[in-house]
Amino acid sequence: MTSTLKISHLTKRYESVEALRDVSLTLEPGMRMALLGHNGAGKSTMMKIILGLVPFDGGEVSVCGGAPGSAAARAQVAYLPENAAFHPALTGEEQIRHYLALRGEDAGRAGELLERVGLGHAKRRRIGTYSKGMRQRVGLAQTLIGRPRLLVLDEPTSGLDPVSRRDFYALLDGLAAEGASILLSSHALTEVEARTDRILILARGRLVAEGTLPSLRHEAALPVTLLVTPAAGAAEPLAAALPGAEPTADGRLRLDCTQADKLPLLARITAQGERVADLDVIPPSLEDIYTHFGHGEAA
Amino acid sequence: MNRILATAASEFRIAFRNRWVLIATALMVLFSLVLAAAGAAPTGDVGVDRLSITVASLTSLAVYLVPLLALLMSFDAIAGEVERGTLPLLLTYPVSRLQILLGKLLAHLAILALALVLGYGAAGVMAFVTDPASITALPSLWRLIWTSVLLGAAFLGLGYTLSSLSRRPSGAAGLAMGLWLLFVVLYDLGLLALVVTDSGGALTTHVLPVALLANPADAFRLFNLSAASAVAEAGGIGGAASAIALWKSAASLVLWPVAALLLAWAAFRKVTP
Repeated sequence: MTSTLKISHLTKRYESVEALRDVSLTLEPGMRMALLGHNGAGKSTMMKIILGLVPFDGGEVSVCGGAPGSAAARAQVAYLPENAAFHPALTGEEQIRHYLALRGEDAGRAGELLERVGLGHAKRRRIGTYSKGMRQRVGLAQTLIGRPRLLVLDEPTSGLDPVSRRDFYALLDGLAAEGASILLSSHALTEVEARTDRILILARGRLVAEGTLPSLRHEAALPVTLLVTPAAGAAEPLAAALPGAEPTADGRLRLDCTQADKLPLLARITAQGERVADLDVIPPSLEDIYTHFGHGEAA
Repeated sequence: MNRILATAASEFRIAFRNRWVLIATALMVLFSLVLAAAGAAPTGDVGVDRLSITVASLTSLAVYLVPLLALLMSFDAIAGEVERGTLPLLLTYPVSRLQILLGKLLAHLAILALALVLGYGAAGVMAFVTDPASITALPSLWRLIWTSVLLGAAFLGLGYTLSSLSRRPSGAAGLAMGLWLLFVVLYDLGLLALVVTDSGGALTTHVLPVALLANPADAFRLFNLSAASAVAEAGGIGGAASAIALWKSAASLVLWPVAALLLAWAAFRKVTP
């Protein structure tokens, strides 16, 4: 199977500002990739280049074997823009019927697509009356048209409540299982953590990190935090036995250590026996990793 | 073709919801009836049927109203999509920019044609009721309808061009009004000044015909007046009209919509969402 998306040494300049510099990535069928970065890091620009909406200055981009924005590429790529917008005078059903017709699909499937994103009850209402989350779902519904090979989703879960987010990721899992590649950007790092195969971090137009979450954790070598809850009355002797432990506001003890020191430290804590009521190990979060790579790269 | 039709159907629905169909039709019917009623007064013994007179009046009305309606419907076409943020998504669909423009044009032309047929039709019915001899002027009413559609198509294309160039609806609206004023009012004033100062010189005989053909509104007036004078021999309507062959003004009327659409396409292609 060939790659769905292949970008090599992509460069894009806006006048004097370098929006993207020497970015390379490959997206295989069935792969879910998350694109992380601050505002202005180049995420949306990269997505628009992949979609053929914005021209680029250097490097190569191949989308489903064709040039970005070519008829063949557009037929196989679905896009969800950040803050999806539609004409307020149309109903959800009319809007989806239009999109179906543009993709050469049966317009009669509009109702079924809206059911899939939980908008069946509102399909005959005008989009002008929809909430932000409902508009976002119309946007999701149109990405499901015609079995796309690549889905480009810009902040897809913004405006969705937690339950809808879970449904949304379940939907993506289904599409990925059928072989679709997914490229999504997100600010909600915790949800990306569990739901994507690979993570890309962009900072100032450069790719500063790429890999799976465990590999990024390893690479960043950020400290692990251990939170120890002392048994009743055992707080002071426990603190004395664990040098370097800092008491937290809620009466627990906090210890930071490197990945390598984690197991020896755990052994020391468990050796305290009944003085320890509970123990939590908190690995560096994606947020920490993101901050590490995002700021570690000098301008 | 299906993509063009789908776009047209969607645009027509939007225009219908936004009351554009109603507004355009009501305006055309109202103005046509007023003109038909007003034109009824001074006839009597001119020896021309009522409908011919109504058509002559409607021609003068259409020169102003048709470009205005066309520009009002078209100025938002691209700039509105940009402002609402609907354009980027639309352009990722397997539909070309020309297809999008053609779809919008088709919908707007359909609305315009509907308004024209109902408006002129109402005036025509009124003429028949009062003067059965009007039946002889039916071809001129038909001619007025299709030339009005062509005139509208030209200004729709120009409206899309302005809409693509300005990228903001407010800016596009301003430009559209400026264009209307220029083509429909100022242009003729300029030509009038030319004729007066030149008083029958080389400018009047050589530059004026070309200048009249170069403006779709003037070409429209020219074609309808000279065609009418050829039929009804109602001479004296326009010296310039008889000096220019009928096929020239017809050609201008056909070429303008094509040129305006190409212009709009070129401008739309430059829009980066």
